[in-house]
Amino acid sequence: MKVKGKCILKVLVVSLMLFLVAKAGIAKEPYKIGAIFSVTGPASFLGEPEKNTVIMLADQINKAGGINGHPVEVIVEDDKSDEGQAVLAAKKLLDKDKVIAIIGPSITGSSMAVIPIVQGAKTPLVSVAAGAGITTPVNERYWVFKTAQYDVSAVIAIYKYMQKKGIKKVGIITITNAFGDQGRKALLELAPKYGITVVADERYGPKDADMTTQLTKIKAAGAQAVINWSVGPTQVIVTKNWHDLKLGIPLYQSHGWGSKKNLELAGPAAEDVIAPLGRLVVWDKLPDNHPQKSILKKYETDYKERYKTEPGTFGGHAYDAFMLVVDALKHVGPDKQKIRDYIENNIKNWPGISGIYNMSKEDHCGMDDTAFEMTIVKKGDWEILK
Amino acid sequence: MFSLFLQFLLSGITVGAVYSLVGLGFNIIYNATSIINLAQGEFVVMGGLVMWFFSQSLHMPFFLSVILTILVVGLVGLIMERLTINPLKNADLLLMIMITVAVSIVLRGILMFKFGKDPYNYPPFTTGEPIMIFGAVIQQQVLWVLGITLACIGLIFLFFNKTMLGKAMSACAVNPTAAKLVGINVSRMIMLSFVLSAILGAIGGIAITPISLMEYDKGPALAVKGFCAAIMGGLGNSMGAVIGGFIIGILESLTAGYIHSGFKDAIALIIMLAILFFKPAGLFGSKASLSVRKF
Amino acid sequence: MKKHVNYLVFIILIILFPIFITENYTLSIAIFAGINTLLAMGLSLLMGYAGQASLGQAGFYGIGAYISAILAQKFGMPVLLSFCIAALVSALAAILLAIPALRLKGHYLAVATLGFGEIIYILLNELGPGGPSGFGDIPNISFFGYKLTSPREYFYVIWGTVFVLIIFSYNIINSRIGRAMRAIHDTEIGSSAMGIDVAGLKIKAFILSAVYASIAGSFYAHYVTFISPTSFSLFQSILILTMVVIGGASNLWGAVVGAVIITILPELLRKFDELDVLIYGLILIFFLLFLRKGIVPTLTERLKRKGI
Repeated sequence: MKVKGKCILKVLVVSLMLFLVAKAGIAKEPYKIGAIFSVTGPASFLGEPEKNTVIMLADQINKAGGINGHPVEVIVEDDKSDEGQAVLAAKKLLDKDKVIAIIGPSITGSSMAVIPIVQGAKTPLVSVAAGAGITTPVNERYWVFKTAQYDVSAVIAIYKYMQKKGIKKVGIITITNAFGDQGRKALLELAPKYGITVVADERYGPKDADMTTQLTKIKAAGAQAVINWSVGPTQVIVTKNWHDLKLGIPLYQSHGWGSKKNLELAGPAAEDVIAPLGRLVVWDKLPDNHPQKSILKKYETDYKERYKTEPGTFGGHAYDAFMLVVDALKHVGPDKQKIRDYIENNIKNWPGISGIYNMSKEDHCGMDDTAFEMTIVKKGDWEILK
Repeated sequence: MFSLFLQFLLSGITVGAVYSLVGLGFNIIYNATSIINLAQGEFVVMGGLVMWFFSQSLHMPFFLSVILTILVVGLVGLIMERLTINPLKNADLLLMIMITVAVSIVLRGILMFKFGKDPYNYPPFTTGEPIMIFGAVIQQQVLWVLGITLACIGLIFLFFNKTMLGKAMSACAVNPTAAKLVGINVSRMIMLSFVLSAILGAIGGIAITPISLMEYDKGPALAVKGFCAAIMGGLGNSMGAVIGGFIIGILESLTAGYIHSGFKDAIALIIMLAILFFKPAGLFGSKASLSVRKF
Repeated sequence: MKKHVNYLVFIILIILFPIFITENYTLSIAIFAGINTLLAMGLSLLMGYAGQASLGQAGFYGIGAYISAILAQKFGMPVLLSFCIAALVSALAAILLAIPALRLKGHYLAVATLGFGEIIYILLNELGPGGPSGFGDIPNISFFGYKLTSPREYFYVIWGTVFVLIIFSYNIINSRIGRAMRAIHDTEIGSSAMGIDVAGLKIKAFILSAVYASIAGSFYAHYVTFISPTSFSLFQSILILTMVVIGGASNLWGAVVGAVIITILPELLRKFDELDVLIYGLILIFFLLFLRKGIVPTLTERLKRKGI
């Protein structure tokens, strides 16, 4: 009798062990994706929605069973808006965490600093910053892609529209940080191509409280329109000043204007402000058959539900970067070279939040000025300008 | 031409008013302790954010929100003094500077945690169209800022020159030992100076937010400018700090208006350096007052 | 003798570190720690020994980075030479600051250096290549044709420089000039009465601190290969001051300890996300309230009391 008992026990134990081993075998290796965002520091308006977005997406994917059964693990590092910190973050992700790809960084400076590192580590990088230098010259950016439109594209959208309206003289007012500087350079460089003269070139600092001086100068110089290039509270201050001064000439904002918060803070002063915006903020005004409409709607709804605030256009860049990597992983698995090749060759007419992507060997950004819609503010909401 | 100049002037006076209040705040603490409080900017930020909290988030009536905000920020000033300044009684200059820097970092961290990085806004004290003066536009809130600043200056002046408490506070910085000998509770004076300074900063924040919005990290920028104002007027000279603040604001605006808006931030610094190098006692200070100070 | 033991231990640590630690990430942290050590050493000499406060070290740091980067990248100058010219420019800037600042004391001097640092920042932001966006493609360091590429190589060069400069600094501190500087720190009037050229020495102290900061800046630029003005702001000056205060202003080894701690701290606080700024500030307050003299002097005192 005892022998039989022992036998049964052994069988049970072995079965249990086999069961556990089988269970462990079923749990698949997680796919590790690294992310570098400027969660703190002057560029935190970029980093925070970007970080929230990838965390939300990772959770959604895992709840739905992962990528081909593999859970996805996203490791977010903060570069504190500093290039040196971005370098450290990249090395940590590559050496310690052994990620399969890196998303970000949020700003051009950090992206540039990280490029030699990822090229050396032969790891794909999908930046969410706008600088042209990130993906050009493309033959020196084999491993580097980006999902933020070029600043140049936003400027082109504005100038094309102005050409239609017959505007020939503009005054520009920009913030003295990297974002404003990139816009300013593009605005100055492209104006002649569209028959436009920049009659005033004014600047202000990120913490300035009043821009009436600069706006007054712009009007006095004979401008037919004002273009402001900044993000953060200064966009709102410029709008309020413009409204109070009753300048009588239209105000154009950059693509950084695309946040409901700006409309809230500016109040009635925002009426009639024009800007080229990513379609995220006007998805409800798009025709139902627009390829981006359903993703835009889901993204905004999900984000609002989880974080109680709107994602804004910058979160969208991170969405696209992450989903590109996820898409690649789904099709080719955790192989760095294959992921890179997939992104370069297989992303055609790919609808994302920031636009519709067409990546190629010559273009690692995949978007141009058609990623934007020209919008105008009417009664506290945006409308698409025809 | 004139209306252009006037517009520049008004813009300068608007920002100058805030610099004045910050500079005044610096001076009060300096007058009582010979310390320069580099967390002064954070008091202004708190004024704006806490006011938003009471008036917009908790929907309390305007005056109640103002009083509560002032109380809260004053309390923060008190806590700061008790926890970090008081224990360092005889520390040297370096330590004092560093501890106020550390406190400003901690305050910023708390503000970031509670309010996030977004800018905040609330309606101006009186709503209505901006006022036109000789072709220049001035928002109604700007008049409020000016009025409040001048009122504060007046009250502070009265306080330090006409009240016993105020005179006692001045005595402490000049010579704490002598002050103690005549029966002044130096420790309490120091505490009071921090509370007063915090309240002043808070009032500035409350007034300026409807114009320029407020975020958690506006502190350091305000501190540097207010600082320049205090130095310009002569550290310890409250009237000087106020005038210095307005001068800086106006010069910045005129530089942006007539020369080049990119360099306007450098103006305040260049002037401050010039004053330091050629007349450290400030425009309104005297050489004698320099040597009397502990630092 | 004890000093020489210190040096020996130090150089052995430097040589062995990258042999045992091969992970890129850790080596990178060590490289940044080395750069920060140079910055802290410069300030330590100025403040701890010569007694002059400075809130503008980031200005010299930025000059060192930008000048060297511009010369190497835009004019093709060999990196070693651009390092030297950058240090020269920094020294000139220090003289420009020191001469008028000579008669200032205490808070006034601190404020003047702050103003100086801010003006340099604005100049870099306005006039630097790329403006606020910064610029990249800065060449790596190369010695006579041999290019440094791996973190290990950078580690040896940077920490080797730290080692050399520590010896150099101690030589100065213990020389006549150093003793004179320390005399000024204690009493200016007394030193002057003894015939010490107070003004000349103060200028020399500023120049020394500026050159150290400049070298640190040049290393930074050629290691990260992309620079922008945001790395050279007032915040950076305060960071350097923090290193010296935590490690101990009156002691050069304190600069090393302070710099290493400040470099490692953010890495350790990474997991705290947005609370890290708050925690950082609290740690700072803790040190200022309870470890006033700084780590190294406090430890040495404790050890002395125990009779070691």
